Amino acid sequence: MASELRETIPTFNQPQGNEASADVDITNWSALTSTAFAKSWGEAAAIVVLAVVVIGGLEILLRLANVPAYTMPRPSEVGSALLGNFSLFAPHLVATLQVLAIGYAIGAVIGIVLAGVITQFPFAEKIITPYILLLVTTPMIALVPLLVQKMGFGPAPRIIAVSLAVGPMVMINSATGFRRTDLAKIALARSYGASTMQIFRKVRFPLALPMIIVGLMVGAIFGMLTAVGAEIVGSGEGLGNRLMFYSSRIQMANFWAVIVILATMGILIYVFFYWVGKRWASWQA
Amino acid sequence: MVETKPQELMTSGNGVGTLGVPGERQIMMSVQHVTKHYKTGTGTVHALEDLSLEIPKGEFLCILGPSGCGKSTLLWGMSGLHDLTAGQITINGTPVTGPRPEIGMIFQDANLLPWRDLWQNIQFPFEIKKIDFNPYEGRVKRLLDDVGLTGFEKKMPRELSGGMQQRASIVRCLSYDPDVILMDEPFGALDAFTRDEMNLLIQKIWMETGKTIVFVTHNVSEAIFLADRVVVLTPRPGRLAHIFPVDLPRPRTIDMTFSPEFIEMILKVKATIERGVQGNTAAMADVLHLG
Repeated sequence: MASELRETIPTFNQPQGNEASADVDITNWSALTSTAFAKSWGEAAAIVVLAVVVIGGLEILLRLANVPAYTMPRPSEVGSALLGNFSLFAPHLVATLQVLAIGYAIGAVIGIVLAGVITQFPFAEKIITPYILLLVTTPMIALVPLLVQKMGFGPAPRIIAVSLAVGPMVMINSATGFRRTDLAKIALARSYGASTMQIFRKVRFPLALPMIIVGLMVGAIFGMLTAVGAEIVGSGEGLGNRLMFYSSRIQMANFWAVIVILATMGILIYVFFYWVGKRWASWQA
Repeated sequence: MVETKPQELMTSGNGVGTLGVPGERQIMMSVQHVTKHYKTGTGTVHALEDLSLEIPKGEFLCILGPSGCGKSTLLWGMSGLHDLTAGQITINGTPVTGPRPEIGMIFQDANLLPWRDLWQNIQFPFEIKKIDFNPYEGRVKRLLDDVGLTGFEKKMPRELSGGMQQRASIVRCLSYDPDVILMDEPFGALDAFTRDEMNLLIQKIWMETGKTIVFVTHNVSEAIFLADRVVVLTPRPGRLAHIFPVDLPRPRTIDMTFSPEFIEMILKVKATIERGVQGNTAAMADVLHLG
């Protein structure tokens, strides 16, 4: 017998109107995709113009006020440092990406698996939750010096820190996704004689996917921040390390060039998950 | 817009006797002393109490009653998705213990998977049952044409209106050719015009395919329009109050629903329901909402 139906007849929603906007909040997919890209050439032009005004204005302001480079370099200097010294930055970019990629993969996989487990076994949720809370509230960066003491200056401490930062984020959002029960869809599948595995693969997982994608995106951002932070406190390489390096030598143009690289990484992560969401989760909104 | 041209006038149903008593015909479904109790926090709900009923093959049976009378409970018991407290339901002689391939179910909501397009939604039962879809493609295309959804195969459910979604779910149900179709207030969420269209459509489909249909509704007019027999249930506890045969000629039209015979039937049925709930104040409140 269909145990999860539990003798309830699912209640069905009102007529399919057009729900103009589902609740928009940080845990909800629509919050991240409601900011659409430019809808027309006019909007795109406005965005470009604003960027030009901001950057150009900064350039002019800094020149006029004769602000020294060690306080705030001009955008043109940052631009030329970025392009000219890119070969200096490149190996560190690679190092950061490697740590991020490995830590992210470990954290994301464990996060999704744990999310599946705790939503299937409520008792497991009770015993795991305190540790997850601990991980979420502790800045992982603080753990890195301790790990470095034990493991040396290699990438391992940073990878561990990244996965500890990524995992809970992915897990919490994925668990929210798995908890979405749609009794009506389950009843539908059961009426065709679906097994529990079929229901998981064909109903519960697709239903959870939008929230899983949100979790993966948030985890990626957190992971990136942790990777950079871990490099600041405990590494001889990586973009975080470069930030410390350049700022201590008052090479501010290089410093800001690295910041631009990091910002671009963050935007690319967002754009990637926005595209993934449009492809796999747009049915939700 | 679905049109049914009244050709030769037919007697109700596929050979059911005009008194509504099943004749020498094969019994498709047998409900035997079915009882269903739910335990809730505030005590036991007697959703169904010793209900018995026989449904011949090819009959269009409507189950009618106010909310809480157990009509949906009965339907879900028939589907095999819910257990019974006592009694049994048999289909083609064998008891129902779980979902059966001979049964197709249509829900209040079209219940389409929102992440799949129409065509993929129709393939869903075949995937679950592990039946090859290819031999059925032609049939599905014809069904889509019958309901007027040709060209919408690539649309996502959210791009379709409520009526179109429900039509898609009907195609999905008919695609694997079940013998019995259970419908749980399928047109309740639609507006009155769409509901009329859908009623004409389901009558057309039934007349063409000869399937056994069990249709749950709280709308008296809809029940009389569609049914060979109307089973009236009254609530708390859910009991069978009366079975009304409907011997209006087929195919029935919307205009018929305004004829004196039809109105007379509506009043008779309503009176039965009200009698059945007299003295039962909770049930009386439900009756006031009766369509």
